Amino acid sequence: MRIKMRIRRFNPEADSKPWWGEYWVDVEESDRVLDALHQVKWYQDGALTLRRSCAHGICGSDAMVINGRNALACKVLMQDVGDVCQVEPLRNMPLIKDLVVDMEPFFAKYRAVLPYLINDNLPASGERYQSQEARARYDDTTKCILCAACTTSCPSFWANEDYIGPAAIVQAHRFIFDDRDDAADLRLRVLNDVDGVWRCRTVFNCVQACPREIDVTRAIGEVKLALLNGLEE
Amino acid sequence: MAALVASLYKSISYRGAEGQWAWILHRASGLGIVLFLYMHILSIFVAAIGPEPYEWVHKTLYTSPPAKVMEVFLLFGVLYHAANGMRIIIIDFFPALGKYQRTIVRIELALVAIVLVPAAIITLQGLF
Repeated sequence: MRIKMRIRRFNPEADSKPWWGEYWVDVEESDRVLDALHQVKWYQDGALTLRRSCAHGICGSDAMVINGRNALACKVLMQDVGDVCQVEPLRNMPLIKDLVVDMEPFFAKYRAVLPYLINDNLPASGERYQSQEARARYDDTTKCILCAACTTSCPSFWANEDYIGPAAIVQAHRFIFDDRDDAADLRLRVLNDVDGVWRCRTVFNCVQACPREIDVTRAIGEVKLALLNGLEE
Repeated sequence: MAALVASLYKSISYRGAEGQWAWILHRASGLGIVLFLYMHILSIFVAAIGPEPYEWVHKTLYTSPPAKVMEVFLLFGVLYHAANGMRIIIIDFFPALGKYQRTIVRIELALVAIVLVPAAIITLQGLF
């Protein structure tokens, strides 16, 4: 099948503002948007700049706006995009070139929630054991691949770039509800900030955008309740 | 203002689902209610000018067909804002219900319609 690719292009050394590039590509129905972008880059315009690594929905490098909605280019099939496939870089992130945005502000928020196990008490011997029930408590939020599809789909984030964003809250949730961790209070303090969880307006764009099908708004809601009622032991 | 327009453009141009449109409508209805309150205060203030202008505003202007149509919009705004606010409160206190949010939005709109349609008919009768 022959499909028109409309790609948002921007070269900071040559362009004063972004523009739309249009390219025709021949693809299979089972190809993914990433394959179509490769066709453009490899056979039509080598200057097209995009970020991707594993190409199998695991590394989270190729999140972009595909036909007006955030998704991973390596997970969206061409048969699902229609006759015209419009691709743009993620919103509200500093644009570097074409589809590549600066992820540093996003990762700074990720680091702000202390996304690692904190527990100064060593176990008596060997490993820290955890029951299956305790592990299941935060299972959903372990699936995050930090692609930023959720955060950049959030209207609260579009309006206020200081909002910590759904991705960082998901990462915080993963440790706050881990019974081996001792630093929930530190993370909850960060999330109780004026630009923390309370900026969430339950719009559910994050849930729709998440390529890992994490129930993001539920995780944010659970953190809100933990701030309100304290953590149940 | 430019930031507001940019933010509005981003919200409308993103292909979000029910949650996004429910949120945009919540904001728009909230803004509409605030504007109505200003108008309401202003129209009551007309009493300070004299009884005739006050009577004219309330008996002639407010019963005119455009005012009646706007009244239906106001009713929708208040009903929707209240129902959607309840939906947000329910999801905030029971986050697990989030996975049914599409259904909850539809139930909410149905409830709004059940109250709005008869009320609109009563408000607009005599105009047609």
